[in-house]
Amino acid sequence: MPISLVTPEFEVLRDQTRCIKCRVCERQCANKVHHLDPDLGVMVSDEASCVDCQRCVTLCPTHALKIRVNENQFRPNANWSQQTIKEIYKQAETGGMLLSSMGNPNPLPNYWDHLLINASQVTNPSIDPLREPMETKVFLGKKPRSIKRLPDGSIDTSLTPQLELSMPLMFSAMSYGAISYNAHESLARAATELGIYYNTGEGGLHEDFYKYGPNTIVQVASGRFGVHEAYLNAGAAIEIKMGQGAKPGIGGHLPGAKITEAVSRTRMIPKGTDAISPAPHHDIYSIEDLRQLVYSLKEATNYTKPVIVKVAAVHNIAAIASGIARSGADIIAIDGIRGGTGAAPTRIRDNVGIPIELALASVDQRLRDEGVRNDVSLVVGGSIRSAADVVKAVALGADACYIGTAALVALGCHLCRSCQTGKCNWGIATQQPELVKRLNTDIGTQHLVNLMTAWQHEIKEMMGGMGINSIEALRGNRLMLRGVGLSEKELEILGVSYAGE
Amino acid sequence: MELEGQVRIPSGCAISAVVSKDLRPISGETVIKSMIPMHDRSNGLGGGFAGYGIYPDYKDFYAFHIFYDSRKAQEECEKYLKDHFEIVQAETIPTRKIPEINDVPLIWRYFIIPLTSQMLRLQVDEKEYTARCVMYINVHLDGAFVFSSGKNMGIFKAVGFPEDVGRFYQLDDYEGYEWTAHGRYPTNTPGWWGGAHPFGLLDYSVVHNGEISSYDANRRFIEMFGYKCTLQTDTEVITYIADYLLRKQKLSLKEMSSVIAASFWDTIDHKDPQEAKVQTYLRKIYSSLLITGPFSIILGFNGGLMALNDRLKLRSMVTARKGNTVYIASEEAAIRAMEPDVTNLYAPAGGEPFIVLTDEYEKEV
Amino acid sequence: MKRVYVNEQWCLGCHLCEYNCAYANSPKAGQGLYGMVDALKDKPIFPRITIESTDEDASCADPSQTAISYAVQCRHCTDPICVKSCISGALHKENGTVVIDHDKCVGCFTCILVCPYGAITHDDTGAVQKCELCLKNTAGKPACVAGCPNAAIVFEER
Repeated sequence: MPISLVTPEFEVLRDQTRCIKCRVCERQCANKVHHLDPDLGVMVSDEASCVDCQRCVTLCPTHALKIRVNENQFRPNANWSQQTIKEIYKQAETGGMLLSSMGNPNPLPNYWDHLLINASQVTNPSIDPLREPMETKVFLGKKPRSIKRLPDGSIDTSLTPQLELSMPLMFSAMSYGAISYNAHESLARAATELGIYYNTGEGGLHEDFYKYGPNTIVQVASGRFGVHEAYLNAGAAIEIKMGQGAKPGIGGHLPGAKITEAVSRTRMIPKGTDAISPAPHHDIYSIEDLRQLVYSLKEATNYTKPVIVKVAAVHNIAAIASGIARSGADIIAIDGIRGGTGAAPTRIRDNVGIPIELALASVDQRLRDEGVRNDVSLVVGGSIRSAADVVKAVALGADACYIGTAALVALGCHLCRSCQTGKCNWGIATQQPELVKRLNTDIGTQHLVNLMTAWQHEIKEMMGGMGINSIEALRGNRLMLRGVGLSEKELEILGVSYAGE
Repeated sequence: MELEGQVRIPSGCAISAVVSKDLRPISGETVIKSMIPMHDRSNGLGGGFAGYGIYPDYKDFYAFHIFYDSRKAQEECEKYLKDHFEIVQAETIPTRKIPEINDVPLIWRYFIIPLTSQMLRLQVDEKEYTARCVMYINVHLDGAFVFSSGKNMGIFKAVGFPEDVGRFYQLDDYEGYEWTAHGRYPTNTPGWWGGAHPFGLLDYSVVHNGEISSYDANRRFIEMFGYKCTLQTDTEVITYIADYLLRKQKLSLKEMSSVIAASFWDTIDHKDPQEAKVQTYLRKIYSSLLITGPFSIILGFNGGLMALNDRLKLRSMVTARKGNTVYIASEEAAIRAMEPDVTNLYAPAGGEPFIVLTDEYEKEV
Repeated sequence: MKRVYVNEQWCLGCHLCEYNCAYANSPKAGQGLYGMVDALKDKPIFPRITIESTDEDASCADPSQTAISYAVQCRHCTDPICVKSCISGALHKENGTVVIDHDKCVGCFTCILVCPYGAITHDDTGAVQKCELCLKNTAGKPACVAGCPNAAIVFEER
């Protein structure tokens, strides 16, 4: 084999004066970067396979390790960046598509960072959430256009099924298979404890997790993996996944190595075979087909579950959302270009789709222009990184946010973006039992509960500052936002004024 | 400088109201008096009144009060009115020249009735037809602004202190069974008279004190249903919400108050199960019409009024009565100015609707 | 009584407990990071907790093989056979904890032979050493528990 042209991305710096040769780095690295050299009597590292997941750095008891970007430089070239050149080497050597995972790492404009939140001064009071009630409860689902009265004149309070959330946050779809049993268990338990929902993704629902059904959204995607009647009825809602922000327009591919015995049983496919979801649903080639699937699922569950339709944010998202709103869907979920994934072709992840902020703003406005905003709830995802992003999303018009990456980070993910290798050192995006057990579900659950609770506190604090004591009064309240560093066109699409206006 | 409507102007305010349940005529002067002790709650940049039962001779006709910037605007608007209504009376609203009130626009009053042919063509009822016409004039006809459009009621407002505005409009010459009043403390100069309050649509009129933090959430929701918030004021959006919930959605006043000043979820959970069910339902389906932030409002209509505070009661409001007459104001002093000898002084709790209906209306309902 | 327990389900076989134990019971204990370097670098360590595993390289083994790893230390038995067997009276119980009087130990290793768990070892002086729940050092609470990255080792009442 000729030499590889791909040079290591990272270097491992070891402070030999600190290293006590406990070999924890060696034992914890699934990529086999470190080992004890018996002849030299010191720990050494082969950085070629290092993905900078920080597992060794975090566990090193004497803080002897540091990983940094390899300082080795190709001859600088603004047009042909080192990254570009390396990608060409990789493709020249393999002949394959480049694969990546997690969200788009490129410096696309991040509109959350260009939106600023309002606060009360003088003319109305801010409200202290520590002293006054501050409500973050949200109901997702279709709302009727008018009330009906019973013969005695009282209001008919029957309503199509709704999801009740203690705060406007849900864990987004991540399949069992893409992520581990322990990651799934942590999400399920945390969602239950928090009074929110997690999402099975397209990998079916492991038999152990049916007990978390009341806080589970079961997904039906183009591969229909793990979909059967009991599955559909197990969850609180059903999500039809039409697309994903990280890879709009294409399907999914879970390599056979991840299809273990349990994953195979859950997905209802043979062990060790690749799980390939087609790009489209082959029974949905148009909007009227979607309507049929929505109602098939409603029939299958006796109209007891709201149906979510999840789409990737693409160029004509407003028209698409408007069509979905008329398809019988109760909730529309939109995933932006920065959304995460367990594996996606790099070119697609980095170049297809639009940012969630713009998609959300235009969808919310379009649904209002057409008078159908109350017919559906709007959930957005695709790099919601903090409570501030949540507040901004709700003010732009979202009913709730899906968080995926942030939840995984709470479980220990360091965004090394190597999920597709299946060798996640943090026990998240892997099916290897020795790696999976690294994620203690008690700790995982607690971290997720802590993160969401912390965000909820921050959301309440920001709402109180604006003089708003219930989240519904923030929804679509774009007057609470101002833009900085944005063009007039961007402001127009976002529907916000410039700071100072 | 930008006019009200081009910019959102927060305000502090004084409000008051008086209503006689047995329809005893009350002079406009009574309610003017109530605003004098609350002088400091206004800053001379807006005042106004709404009187109910003041046009008994024309009680079956919509009384449009319109501000015009110019004769040209008037001609254009009158042409529109003629195309859509039968005009039985058109006149200037009598005013008194006083030094405190300046920059007076043309102020006209029309008693009109919708053209049946037009209504049939659009397949809407009389009220919806009239409301749409009001919305059309205010959005599309430059220089014309309908500031009162109900039957047997009228709104009178201007830039100035409320007591001066009352004298300017000669309200001592009017008698009605119900009055509401408003003195405004805007943070900016509104620039024109349309921004003063009360704000009205059909026979609903709203006076409001506060700055609601839910404004844009409410506005963007209500605009789905044909309303256009041209003034960007809280009062305007509250009026449209009231019109939408009461007239279009046919909620009762009490039901409306559990939408706009909904009880906290914790409170709802402790109510009796049937009541909790209804309130939960209303909060769920009209969640975008919850009003947060401080407010005290008085919603006037033919047959009574409703006073309501925000659910935290962040604005003062007291009520009182004497015999069959009920008084409401931001301050007790204002009530005492109307009637020194009142009883049943009561400050409604946050979110607790205070509803007063005339005996006649109560019988009807 | 609170004891140190190990949840095999979460034990990663990372061996950090051994190093934390060795450091906590070293003369340099409590001197932070450099104390640990000073105490353990290039020296044989004598931890009172040891990892038993099916494969020394357990954590990175072939995925088809489920490796088992488990930290083992003194159970502080209710009726400890080591105490009964101690010929010099060095081993005894104090408030439920089995402790050793280092000065009395003659290094006969009878206890090491009789302990059914293999939880007793000896230190570099040849005297016997065992887990004393960090009651006699500066750690304050069991160092293996505090330093376990996956909360596999717990100190609790059962």
